[in-house]
Amino acid sequence: MDYKRFEELARKIRIDVIKEVFNAGSGHPGGSLSAADIVTALYFGEMNIDPEDPQMEDRDKLILSKGHAAPVQYAALAERGFFDVDELATLRKMGSRLQGHAKMGLVPGIEMSTGSLGQGFSVSVGMALANKLDGKKGRVYALLGDGELQEGLIWEAAMSAGHYHLDNLCAIVDWNGLQIDGKNDDVMTVRPIDKKFEAFGFNVICIDGHDFAQIFDAFDKARECKDRPSVIIASTHKGHGVSFMEDQAGWHGKAPNEEQARQAVEELGGEW
Amino acid sequence: MADKMATREAYGNTLKELGAKYPNLVVMDADLSGSTKTSVFAKEYPERFFNMGIAEQNMYGAAAGLALSGKIVCASTFAMFASGRAFEIIRNSIGYTHANVKVCATHAGITVGEDGASHQTFEDIALMRTIPGMTVVNPSDGASAAELLRQVIAMEGPAYVRLGRAAVPFFYSEETAKDIKLGKGNTLREGKDITIIATGIMVSEAMKAAEELAVEGIDCRVIDLHTIKPLDEDIIVKASLETGKIVTAEEHSVIGGLGSAVAECVSQKAPCKVYMVGQKDTFGESGKPEELKAKYGMTASDIYKAVHVMMK
Repeated sequence: MDYKRFEELARKIRIDVIKEVFNAGSGHPGGSLSAADIVTALYFGEMNIDPEDPQMEDRDKLILSKGHAAPVQYAALAERGFFDVDELATLRKMGSRLQGHAKMGLVPGIEMSTGSLGQGFSVSVGMALANKLDGKKGRVYALLGDGELQEGLIWEAAMSAGHYHLDNLCAIVDWNGLQIDGKNDDVMTVRPIDKKFEAFGFNVICIDGHDFAQIFDAFDKARECKDRPSVIIASTHKGHGVSFMEDQAGWHGKAPNEEQARQAVEELGGEW
Repeated sequence: MADKMATREAYGNTLKELGAKYPNLVVMDADLSGSTKTSVFAKEYPERFFNMGIAEQNMYGAAAGLALSGKIVCASTFAMFASGRAFEIIRNSIGYTHANVKVCATHAGITVGEDGASHQTFEDIALMRTIPGMTVVNPSDGASAAELLRQVIAMEGPAYVRLGRAAVPFFYSEETAKDIKLGKGNTLREGKDITIIATGIMVSEAMKAAEELAVEGIDCRVIDLHTIKPLDEDIIVKASLETGKIVTAEEHSVIGGLGSAVAECVSQKAPCKVYMVGQKDTFGESGKPEELKAKYGMTASDIYKAVHVMMK
């Protein structure tokens, strides 16, 4: 399979992210860029969704548990046709439908209000339970940060997902290794991530989160796995695609100035 | 019909009744189903009951997910862990999204008794009523608990239902409970000298006090304010204007609960003096419910004394 289309889309989405955060004057570029390929693969390939019918009965859902990566979710939804790309310029502004951390019910495609870490995953468990109860085909994807794994709620949710055999639930860990105060390993180690999820009853799939062949292969494996939830542990780089942001904890929650934004967009092959 | 029943008992029985009426009603518990009485529902509808283990935060997160997928969810545990431990999940995943989750919390207040201070919640009404869009209900007996639960389930959006452990005398009959309207205070006794506004199990204490005071010629109005949010401001303002003095009575801290809600209302709309009967700024301890109510000042006699202070 040729993944050029997805690489091209992810590049566009990364450019959108830079412009969004620059226009807002604040926001979270680092973790948006690390998750850009995964989010692109979900919205443009993996998930059964329809921008013309956002409430479709059997739709798949993405819950952005790492809610601070809202810029990448907004960019992907806009590029996918859920709302106008121009609206991205309103991010974080008074009266905008694009809240700093996503609020549901404003723009189509946002299934849950997130931002407080750990909660999105827990809500995903409830959504997956509901789909099971109703015999709905929809799958639930929860995108988690690696630092977010330090929240106790994540493990409460994981325990319940395993207990209720939620094979319609797929967690993805955006493992960029960095959080606000520095490296996960220095702040509070989350390793071993794979063995932890395994112990909670998950089907664990480890991949390079910037390689579309591996991302789609992981989604296939997750879908085929029956009777237990899956987790895709995606090794990524914070700030991926922008040289000066790459693997820098400092770019977790900081907007670029005009010069930096211009350079970032140009590096990504976009027009300023 | 027995002459006494715990509000949690009425909750379990009514859940079972409502399970038949609402096929999308789902019930959750955190390993306390025997105590919260959700076990009654679980036995009847096992496929719609989820035990989430001793993990209250995840129970309320998952409850939000179920509700946002079209379910009506009653999620129960003790009031301490529901309102306290899971507060921020209820605030962000249930309140902020206006999810149709009913936080039905049992074992509230001092009448938890022997388990002691770690399990005696006096902060839950205060915490829950600060969440925008959250309905807060505190029934006074078995009959009103059943009726209020029916109304809470029939409405859309999040609610906190405060229930107790100890058996309390029936105050309402099935017939009189039908007069109860969610969001409206219920005037149980007309009076012109002073108004006692009570909630939960303090309603029957307020009525006892009013009867004693009547003998002395003090004419007390008594209002059951079972719904603390949305607050029935009309009935409170009317009480202030017509009787000029208010005593509030609750099995909850005097900081942030019913008394505070009433004071917030009258201070802005019809100022009058408000005396608050409730748990002072202190923790509880082990003991029998009646002993504890007496020690911590939440009995008819405490309301009686408060009225006398106010009448001076």
